[in-house]
Amino acid sequence: MAMTTTPEADHSRAAATYRPAANRLGLWLFLASETFLFAAFISSRFVVSGTDQPEHLNQGLALLLTLLLLLSSISAFRAEAAMAHDNRKLFHREMLTTIVLGLLFLVGVGVEFNEAVADFPVGTIYGSSFFMLIGLHAFHVLTGILALGVVWNLGRKGHYSSQDHWPVEGVVKYWHFVDLMWVAIYPTLYLFGGS
Amino acid sequence: MRQLLRAVIFGILGYLIGAALTWLIRGGSMGDEVCVVFGYILGLIGWLFGIGMGDTWVREWFGLPARKYEVTGWKRYLGFSTDHKVIGVQYLATFIVVLLLGGVAAMIIRFELAQAGEGILNADRYNQVMSMHGILMVAVAVAAILGSFGNYLVPIMIGADDMAFPRLNAVTFWLIPPVAIGLLAAPTLGSFDAGWTAYPPLSVVNNGGQILFVLAVTTFGLSSILGGLNVITTIVTMRAPGMTWGRLPIFVWGAFSASLISLLTTQFFAASLILIAMDRVAGTVFFNGGAGGDPLLYQHLFWFYSHPAVYVMVLPGFGAVLETITHMSRKPLFAYKAVVVSFLSIAGLSVIVWAHHMFTSGMAEYLHGPFMFASEMISVPTGMVFLSAVATLWRGKLWMKTPLFFAMIWIFQFLMGGVTGIFLADVVTDVSLHDSYFVVAHFHYTIMGGMLFAFLTGIFFWFPKITGRMINDRLGIIFALWLTIAFQLTFLPQFWLGTNGMNRRIADYPEQLEGANLMSSISAFILGSSFILFVYILLSGAIRGPKAGGNPWNASTLEWQVSSPPPEHNFSGQPTVVGHPYGYGTAGSRHAEFADVTVAAAPPEQPGTDQGGDHE
Ligand code: HEM
Ligand SMILES: [Cu+2]
Repeated sequence: MAMTTTPEADHSRAAATYRPAANRLGLWLFLASETFLFAAFISSRFVVSGTDQPEHLNQGLALLLTLLLLLSSISAFRAEAAMAHDNRKLFHREMLTTIVLGLLFLVGVGVEFNEAVADFPVGTIYGSSFFMLIGLHAFHVLTGILALGVVWNLGRKGHYSSQDHWPVEGVVKYWHFVDLMWVAIYPTLYLFGGS
Repeated sequence: MRQLLRAVIFGILGYLIGAALTWLIRGGSMGDEVCVVFGYILGLIGWLFGIGMGDTWVREWFGLPARKYEVTGWKRYLGFSTDHKVIGVQYLATFIVVLLLGGVAAMIIRFELAQAGEGILNADRYNQVMSMHGILMVAVAVAAILGSFGNYLVPIMIGADDMAFPRLNAVTFWLIPPVAIGLLAAPTLGSFDAGWTAYPPLSVVNNGGQILFVLAVTTFGLSSILGGLNVITTIVTMRAPGMTWGRLPIFVWGAFSASLISLLTTQFFAASLILIAMDRVAGTVFFNGGAGGDPLLYQHLFWFYSHPAVYVMVLPGFGAVLETITHMSRKPLFAYKAVVVSFLSIAGLSVIVWAHHMFTSGMAEYLHGPFMFASEMISVPTGMVFLSAVATLWRGKLWMKTPLFFAMIWIFQFLMGGVTGIFLADVVTDVSLHDSYFVVAHFHYTIMGGMLFAFLTGIFFWFPKITGRMINDRLGIIFALWLTIAFQLTFLPQFWLGTNGMNRRIADYPEQLEGANLMSSISAFILGSSFILFVYILLSGAIRGPKAGGNPWNASTLEWQVSSPPPEHNFSGQPTVVGHPYGYGTAGSRHAEFADVTVAAAPPEQPGTDQGGDHE
């Protein structure tokens, strides 16, 4: 028996019929699982520090960050739609826009962290939740950007078509998910309670 | 082999680079925990890349064609294989080894406890050995059945040729060796001694070995999550034509419901461990009561996973036992649908009972009642599983071979575990039983009795399928009785010890408890030595046992309709499922048909003859 490492099993009689469904379900299950991870951290914040908030929260910057991510979800959506219509030029542009918005978000997080260290350092209980939650999310943004980069690069080389672009669909769904998690984290840290 | 070597080298290089870079950036010493963390992460990536993820997968991300490995024979088992059967065997072998390692630790523990006073271990060493034993065995319990039989059998049982994500499956397995290495390397940093539960504040302030525990166990969690994802996707999307949800073999349902739990709740375990790591290395104060944190948070997060985890352990076990019982008593599984509903409701209920581990922790009083009630509710679906097992055996034509022995003993073992669980779930009794040897005895009956005996049932039932050979049945039965009797003599005294005031996780005890402890220790050595026979049975069976043929048990489910071991990609033609899997005793009942030759995939109907005794 020779070992084959054929990518997700072409030798299967039924591969063509189950592959799209399997990919989709696999991604949704992964996202469901990730939701539990975020839920664990978000609930930890409420357990250890209720809805307490420190004096100095940079609300303006947080709103800007939220806006950046929401915009990036729109461009990601447009990138996917473009590939579904074989519109490669638009695909490139929208993917790049998404990546750039993601990078800007990370820069913003850096700025925010820099300020926060002075106001509520890691060693305070709000600081713990703050750095943990935003750090976890930023890590997901980073992986999202890397994945977007990979897909953008492959798309540039002509790997996808309107018929066959699961990776585009997958990475965009992941990006929406990361965006959605921010929509939960933002109020958790910035809006609930308050002083 | 080449890949394995490369993986080791890349792993070590990754570790060194990660640790050195961190050290260069932040100073301090290279042995600091931060350096260990980044070293481990890079080392893990290096390991996965080296073992084959790079060649077969990552290359595609950069538009390069994936490489294939043309490996044959036994060498497949030492490399990055995407064949679900190879991966199943890899899991099986790995976890039998881990089981034996954990067993050695158990022997050391019992040696220390044989007499009051300090023996071979001082209190610190004792805690380290006990923690190592605990986490190794929990890892076995969580992953052994699902990893080995889940991988090996689920695709065949549903008429598929592999798992839904074969490469992911290989990665899932190859995440395990770093877990073992991480745990076993912990003594280099001073070991971990906070038990398998790793409660803070101790786990935040103890020796550096704890950080390796955290990293390794988080990796293990990742592997469980990915494995669960793969099993669920496979079952949902790859069932053969005609394989409706109502026709799935019961083992598949067990694997499905366990996977559902591990897919979702394991994230809470990961979260709790990540928070420990953050408190240790990043200076956060989640569990530092002095700075406003709350150690109880850890217990909530931890048990939100770790209670459901006990059902990740036993649900596939339920499946394996019921499967064995129905085939070997030649009767349809009693109340199939009710069992399926029970499995799913166990999975559902398992996430709302976690705080029964925290009745004495000081959590809010008003939580006691609801958690007690919910915990005791689980007895209802669990009772249904017992009912099905017993009623299937009832008036069956019992084929008293090793697997059925184990399955029937399992019923008793798990019953003992379940019944004693009720005393622990009851707040009033738990207040005095908590953290005593009663708990230790309880979870050994449930895990060793409920999971390990089911694992052994499965090993002996599917051994002919996997190796193509039969074991020596007489030795198998001797092993079953030896193990079972020694088990009772080891753990029954521990119930008594617990109610008489012996604490768990303690190296010494009052002298008046010596008698029962000595008895438990001697029996434990007898129990441990039975595994020498176990290994001998497996090896001698695999090497020179008589040939098994495709269907030695004359069983109806799909895995028995192909050769032993099954051919690559499992079936030569697409099977079509046409009936219930357990049509024993129904004239003309059929489970499946095959595209080329029509094979009646149902046991031959022999009215009036003794189907039990004469199948050899
Ligand atoms: C009817 C079913 C069960 C009930 C009501 C039950 C109840 C309990 C309770 C209340 C405790 C906490 C005792 C204490 O620390 O004071 C406990 C501990 C434990 N149970 Fe069960 N249990 C049941 C089944 C199981 C099963 C099926 C398993 C595993 C397969 C299991 C494994 C464990 C373990 C590992 C612990 C100890 C955890 C630790 O503190 O290290 N239980 N059980
Ligand atoms: Cu529990």
